[in-house]
Amino acid sequence: MIETKRPKLEMLHGALVERIVDEGLTLLERHGVMVENVEALRLLGDAGAAIDIGSQRARLGRKLVEECLASTPSSVTLYDRSGGRSYAVGGDEVHFDPGSAAVTLLDHDTRTERKASTADLIDFFKLVETLEHFHFQSTGLIAFDVPAAVADCYRLYVGLCLSEKPFVTGTFRVEAFRPMKDLLAAVRGGEGGLRSKPLAIFDACPSPPLKWSNLTAQSLVDAARAGIPSELISMGMTGATSPVTIAGTLVQHVAENLCGLAICQVARRGAPVIFGGSPSSFDMRKGTTPMGAIETMMIDAAYAQIGKFLKLPTHAYMALSDAKVNDPQAGFETALGAALGALAGVNVISGPGMLDFESAQSFEKLAIDDGICAMVYRLLEGIAQRNDPIALDTFEGFTPGMSFLSHPHTRQWYRKEHIPAGLVDRDPYEAWVTAGRTSIVDKAHADVVRRLGTYAAPPLAGAIRKDLDGIMAAYARASGAGTLGLPEL
Amino acid sequence: MTKNEILAKMSEAIVAGDRAAAATLAGEAVRSGLDLLEVIEQGYVPGIQKVGELWEQGEYFLPELITSAEAMKEAMAVLKPELNRRNIGTRMSGRVVIGTVEGDIHDIGKNLVASMLQAGGFEVFDLGADVKLERFIEKAEAVGAGMICLSALLTTTMTNQGRLIGLLRDKGLRDKYKVLVGGAPASHKWAEEIGADGFAENAVAAVKLAKSLAGRP
Repeated sequence: MIETKRPKLEMLHGALVERIVDEGLTLLERHGVMVENVEALRLLGDAGAAIDIGSQRARLGRKLVEECLASTPSSVTLYDRSGGRSYAVGGDEVHFDPGSAAVTLLDHDTRTERKASTADLIDFFKLVETLEHFHFQSTGLIAFDVPAAVADCYRLYVGLCLSEKPFVTGTFRVEAFRPMKDLLAAVRGGEGGLRSKPLAIFDACPSPPLKWSNLTAQSLVDAARAGIPSELISMGMTGATSPVTIAGTLVQHVAENLCGLAICQVARRGAPVIFGGSPSSFDMRKGTTPMGAIETMMIDAAYAQIGKFLKLPTHAYMALSDAKVNDPQAGFETALGAALGALAGVNVISGPGMLDFESAQSFEKLAIDDGICAMVYRLLEGIAQRNDPIALDTFEGFTPGMSFLSHPHTRQWYRKEHIPAGLVDRDPYEAWVTAGRTSIVDKAHADVVRRLGTYAAPPLAGAIRKDLDGIMAAYARASGAGTLGLPEL
Repeated sequence: MTKNEILAKMSEAIVAGDRAAAATLAGEAVRSGLDLLEVIEQGYVPGIQKVGELWEQGEYFLPELITSAEAMKEAMAVLKPELNRRNIGTRMSGRVVIGTVEGDIHDIGKNLVASMLQAGGFEVFDLGADVKLERFIEKAEAVGAGMICLSALLTTTMTNQGRLIGLLRDKGLRDKYKVLVGGAPASHKWAEEIGADGFAENAVAAVKLAKSLAGRP
């Protein structure tokens, strides 16, 4: 049998990859990166970086960065809540998770964005739990009815109570790291357990150009020490906060991400790091940051290639749209991003469900996007030689009127070769009319209602649940959020 | 093997679309002198009913449907001569003439319906595709059918479904036959419009409809 080829996209010429990395390293050495965090600066200085305390600038020599690259694992393995199922983040593995931290939810009935409540957040986790092509959860909504002081921790708490899947999350405040880590460790029965079986990825975004804020640098240091994988989310905007050329933005991307990687490694050698991002093309008329622009996707696919060249796990914000409702734009931007990201071998693709420049989530879009991801996974499987001979024997006894429908070969292979339509319309016209001319959005809404109705909470040991409740309640008290009413979950 | 185990195996062979097993089991039933009516009604028919259920639940797709129907056909081909020899009349659901109307060469859907009707206990006379309208009536008259099933895949040829009903009327034969229509452009509304007796959207629904019109459970 001939080996199945995994279809693959490579945006950059190998020589250009090397050139971009080289300029990125030169930038780190000559210009350096501003790190607004005392501890991270000290750690970098101790490791040999040139530190200017006054300007909070760290200049990282090539040798230091290369050492840090060498000590970073090329793959990270996440485990689900029960610890039974593992997900390799590395190589050309692809895992989708919903776009994170939306501030609004698109209401299906009114077709308008509204603030999301805790009830919505609960439904979000339940829905994502049932959507099989999203391997990871994300703390995807910010609930307005929860005090801002505990919002980051609270999302993770609710999610951990409701879902088995690993999480992509992150901190909004430095103080939140501790309770969030404690929640994760409680699930694993201690910090050692969490270190050996990571349950969540923490996103940390540098501020372009060339700056790591106090919050995000601290998150890198803390996560590295706890063995929690950090996802580096460099996010230049072409011509606004990074050079306007795509290759130029990639140079900055490399410099920012490698500085983040170095902070992780000097905090603890061998700390898991994911080379990610959320850069975008910058719209020169509207002043917006379109995630659905083809140039955004080109930057993503290109830095993923660079991440692979550096032997790092990769991440990107793709499979999302800037449309405001679930219209054709929402579909094509999402599908194009999902396909390109997967073909580029991006390990963690965050985005499904998202609209409006990463600010809105839609339950219906999540259901539709799950189907897009199903198609993309099929695409990645490629075209296999199933039999030897491939098909000659199926023509035995050939007659002009023969049908393959009843051929044993059909029944043997069709489910492996072809995926079901899901929510996609494949009705003949008359059947579609008879069924009420239903759009995919209406079908998705019905699917969401059905899924929420049949969701069954995956079992969680009572003692763990009690620990989670205790950690959340204590953090709420300590943050001045008072006695936070914990939801009935 | 007890009788119940044999009957269960027959049902399983149909559900699995295992033509060879379905035929072998039928041959064994003939040789060991089992009650062949019981074999059909307690062995094979529950199998094809299960296939219909699995289709409706979304578990089964066209390849399962057609292979199971063909497994049923193979079993019946073994049982039929023996039933005739023993002069046992089976409880047939009725005789059906089926075909794709003239001008239209699409026959995948029609073949599926024909196979499923046959598996469902109908005696099916399949005239093929691009069938002249007069041929449907001639055949139905000749074999004493109670039902005519018309398939059309094109909006340009579906009008022939209506024309056949007109032809039956002209010949004073309209009340003698139940006329069922199917195919991508057809619909319940279309069936009503042309005065057909029914429309089915797929092969499983067609068998249900045909059975209810034939007064069979």
